[in-house]
Formats: sequence, C-alpha cells, structure tokens
Amino acid sequence: MTRDARNAWALAAPALLVLLVGAAGPLLVVALFSVMSQGPYGGVAWPLTLEGWSRILVQRDIFDGTVSINEAHLVIMWRSLWIAAATTVLTLLVGLPTAWFIGTRPPRARTLWLFLVTIPFWTNLLIRTFAIMEVIRNEGLVNTVLMGLGITSEPIQILFTDWATLIGTTYVYLPLMVLPLYAAIDRMDVRLLEAGYDLYASRWGVLRRVILPAIRPGLIAGCVLVFIPALGAYVTPRILGGGTNMMLGNFIELQFGQGRNWPLGAALSMLLLLIVTAALVVLVRATTREERP
Amino acid sequence: MTRESSPTAVEAQGVTKLFGAEVRALDAVSVAIERGTFFTLLGPSGCGKTTLLRCIAGFETPTAGAILLNGQDITADPPNRRRVNTVFQSYALFPHLTVAQNVAFGLEMLGKPRSEVRATTDRMLALVRLDGLASRLPAALSGGQQQRVALARALAPQPQVLLLDEPLSALDLKLRREMQGELKRLQAETGITFVFVTHDQEEALAMSDRIGVMSGGRLLQVGTPRAIYETPADRFVASFIGESSFVEATAGGGVLTLSTGEVLGRGEGTGPVTVALRPESLRLLPAGQGPRATVEGATYLGTDSTVRVRLADGTPVTLRLPASEPLPSPGTDVALGLPALLRVVAP
Repeated sequence: MTRDARNAWALAAPALLVLLVGAAGPLLVVALFSVMSQGPYGGVAWPLTLEGWSRILVQRDIFDGTVSINEAHLVIMWRSLWIAAATTVLTLLVGLPTAWFIGTRPPRARTLWLFLVTIPFWTNLLIRTFAIMEVIRNEGLVNTVLMGLGITSEPIQILFTDWATLIGTTYVYLPLMVLPLYAAIDRMDVRLLEAGYDLYASRWGVLRRVILPAIRPGLIAGCVLVFIPALGAYVTPRILGGGTNMMLGNFIELQFGQGRNWPLGAALSMLLLLIVTAALVVLVRATTREERP
Repeated sequence: MTRESSPTAVEAQGVTKLFGAEVRALDAVSVAIERGTFFTLLGPSGCGKTTLLRCIAGFETPTAGAILLNGQDITADPPNRRRVNTVFQSYALFPHLTVAQNVAFGLEMLGKPRSEVRATTDRMLALVRLDGLASRLPAALSGGQQQRVALARALAPQPQVLLLDEPLSALDLKLRREMQGELKRLQAETGITFVFVTHDQEEALAMSDRIGVMSGGRLLQVGTPRAIYETPADRFVASFIGESSFVEATAGGGVLTLSTGEVLGRGEGTGPVTVALRPESLRLLPAGQGPRATVEGATYLGTDSTVRVRLADGTPVTLRLPASEPLPSPGTDVALGLPALLRVVAP
C-alpha cells in the first residue's frame, strides 16, 4: 500500500468505524433477529425460522391452526404508503410555490424567508405536534372558526384520523422539501425563463418544459427527503392519529414492546428498509433514463 | 396597412422606460427599422440599447410610447405572442436539452407538425454548420458552438425580427471576427430583419446596413455606417465612433477662426462652434503653410503612425499618417494640413 493510500484509509477510519458500529452492525443484528424465533417474554431465541417474515402477511388461528391473510397488517402497510406518498405530493404542491417565492426575492429578503422556513427546526417535534393537535381538535382553532362562521354546526372530527396524521407529516416535513427546491431554484439561470417565453412557450409551457427540468435535482432530493422519513413516521401518527391509526413505525415499536414479537418487528424493519431502497432505485432509474439524449 | 406593404419591420414610437422614479433608461426613443436590414444599436454600456431591445422582445414594458411590429401595436403583447426571437448575451441554452431539442423548442411551442419541426431543425443546424452535433448537450460545446446553437434556435421559428443582445461579446477576437461574417451571411440568406446590440463601434461599422447611436437613454443619430462616421451629428457620436480631435473655433462668413486669430479653414455656422477632426483626414505641412502646431510625440504602429500635436491655442490634435512618412521629432514646429471643408458638430 502506498503512503497516500495509507493516509487516505487513516483519514477515513473514524467515519468508517462510526458507520460500522452505528449502522452496519445494528442492521446485521436486526436482519438476524428477523430470522430467529420469538422468545417467550419478548427477545429472540433459536432456532432460525422465517416465522417473523411470514407473520407480516399471514396469521395462524390460535384455536384451529388455520392460516389466513392478516388484513390488519395490510391496512397498516397501505396506510404508511399512502400517507407517505400523499405527504410527498402535498409538500411538493405547497413547497414549490414557497421555494419559488423565496428564490425570486432580493438577496437580503431571501435570508429572512429562509430563516423563517427553518424556525420550526428550533422547536421540539413533540411540542410542534401537540400544537397541531391544539389547532385541529374538536374545540380547537379550525373547528371554532368553522362553527363561528356557521359553515358547520358540529365540530368536524379531524384529530385521531388518518387526515390528522397527513396534516401533521405535511407540516413537519415541509422544510425538507422547501430547502432543496430553493437551492435548485437559486442555481437556475433566470434567463432560461426569458428564453422560454421568447420561444413562444406559455406560462404553463415554461413551467413544464424549462423550470421543472432545470430544478429536477432539487425535486428529487426533496421527494426523497420527505418520502423516506414520512414512511417510517412515528411521533406524528402516534399523537395525531391516535393509538389505533398506526403506521409502520408505530407497528414496529408495538412488536418490540407490548407485542413481544421481536422477529416480526425486525422483519418489518427490514421490509421498511427494502421499500425505501426500492423507491430510491426506481427514482434514480427514472431520472437517469430521462437525462439520456 | 397590410404586412407585406409596410416597409417597416419594427418601430419604436416615443418609447420611454423608467426604472423606479429616478432611472430613465430610455427617453422618448423613436426609430423605424426597415424590413430585411441589419440594424445596429450602438452605444456605451448603460446607454439603454439593451433596454430598447428588451422592450421590443416584450421582457420590459415601456413606461410610455409604443412598439409596432409590421405596423401593428404589440406593446401589450407578452413575449410568447410576438413573432420576435432573441439571441441572448449569455446564450441561455436549455441545459437539459440537446442541441437539436434546443433548436426545435420554438417550433414545438408553435405547434408545428413533427415532420416540419424535424426538417426545419436539420436545415437550421446545417445553416449554422452544426450538423454533426445535433445530439450533444450544450455543456459539451465550445463558446462559439453554443453561440451558433443560440442563433439556430432563434432563427428556426422564422421570426419577423431577430434581436441579438451583444451575442459576440463573450467570444475571443478571432472567433468574433469569424462570427461577424457568419451573422452577415445568415442575415442575407434568411432575409430576416436583424436588430443587433453592441458597444463595439468597429463591429457596428463592419456589419450594419444602418446604425442607431445611443447615449444616456437617447437615440442621437440614425444612419448608414458611412453617414455616421463621416457626418456625426454631435460631439458624442464623433468621439464614440472612430477617433476625433475637437477644436473650439469661431464661425462667421463661412470661415472658422481660432482664438489665436489664425484661420482654421472653411466651415458653416455662426459664433462659437466645435470642429471635429478625424486623424486620417489631417496632414503635416512645413511650418507657415497652415495653422501653427507643435509636435508632442509620434508612435510607429506598423500599418501607419500616430502623431500628437498641439495647436497654438493649446488644443491637442491627433493625426494618422501613412507608415511610409518619416516620424517628426517632438518639439518640431509644423503646420496642420486640414480638409477643404471642416465638420462643425453640436457640442
């Protein structure tokens, strides 16, 4: 090994060590747990089995031993997927105009607006989530205003529904969409817009044919940054969705806690990882194909 | 007035543009640009020439006045409704599209059938001699090639008027010369009216059918390169296009007299006037045969020489002499040989 190569390894060593101990190691442990047997009081035991993985989809009746599809699990997975997807779409719909607004301000005003976007990060997630709860609960701001205006006579039940979770995740992950979009818009050459208008594109044409392709790296980054944590959201569905409207994150926690089914929890964790990886691969494939002339 | 019968392709009528309350970028500019000509807006940076171009393109709305395209008022039309295309100073090529896709963009937005888009794109790429690079991305092209793509992209939709915003300023000297010839050729071949913005007077003289000289938001003079050079309207035009020395004199009875009492030559006007002298129109004569002058310095330049002299009243004057003439040594007393009729300019 040359001296340069040795130095390179030495410099990378601390980061590699952290990754090994902090990421690769635990991942292997979880992968192992997912193929072990359920311990009598939680935990795991030998022998190796695929029981944990199979329990994701099927259940065995305690009395007659018949095997059937576990619909409750499917509901949880479906809810996680659609809420994460809807969160991505909503943050995109809200975040793109926001990022555009900030990106087209004078430089000094931009700093202020960016600062405002990042302010929520200063507050604990729990507190922010409870604040939303305060807004959407039956006696909260939204329902008080709606009833005060006579739009509805009874409060609309938003809290402890999937919609409450969706509102919460959209609010929480919005900055993660705005910031990469802003960075992409900031880098874009505004003269491209003029060139688009000059060449007979309508406003819609300029958005579709010029702006969106130009800021695509920001779009991809924003969608990835929102979709992945939204899929595994834990605090938001727990508080706003109530105890019953679980997402994958809550369901995994349940298996390691009260459920005392560590292999199932570990298998679900691995499944979450696989879904995220698959989503990333699809996204990367889709975008590199378009870039080819 | 129908499209075909109007000899004017584009016209500005009293166009004024204010930025905020203070900055008057354009001050009542009126100009009519003939169809099928190469028209150049010439002036120093900040003179308003680019603002006028952007008003024609539709990127700026005039504070007052009107823009006419083929005799029709288009002042209120957005850029995408004007049959006018722009070659941007920075080219502004779409980085995510190939050369061919860039050129096809305008045609597609106009809703042309696919076969026509393809045929026109190929024709345009051949016109700017980029046939082999159709599938490259702009980032993989040199500056000169990007320039050609920008030209092809703007020419492809066959605009009524092509606007060029200092398109050559980013190129090196050799490439710029080459592109100057290329632009003239393209203009002649397509017959499209070109409105070209530049601060380079040599470029303007070499390429234009007509030149409009601008300064401080005003259009000072419009004319052929020869008219602009030989009969500048005022002191600014005389100094900005080519070189000029300015001499203060008193006019009366067709004769111009210096403050020292010496007769400078024949010229029009009455009272105090400014005379513009082109360096190549002057000669050095033996002392006594004309207005007195003292040689201050001389520089040999290969093709010719520059000689700096000072008149008896202290006015500096520059001459350009053929390189074959011997250089006078500094301090020599000489006389200035002047053209038969002197050009008096507005101050």
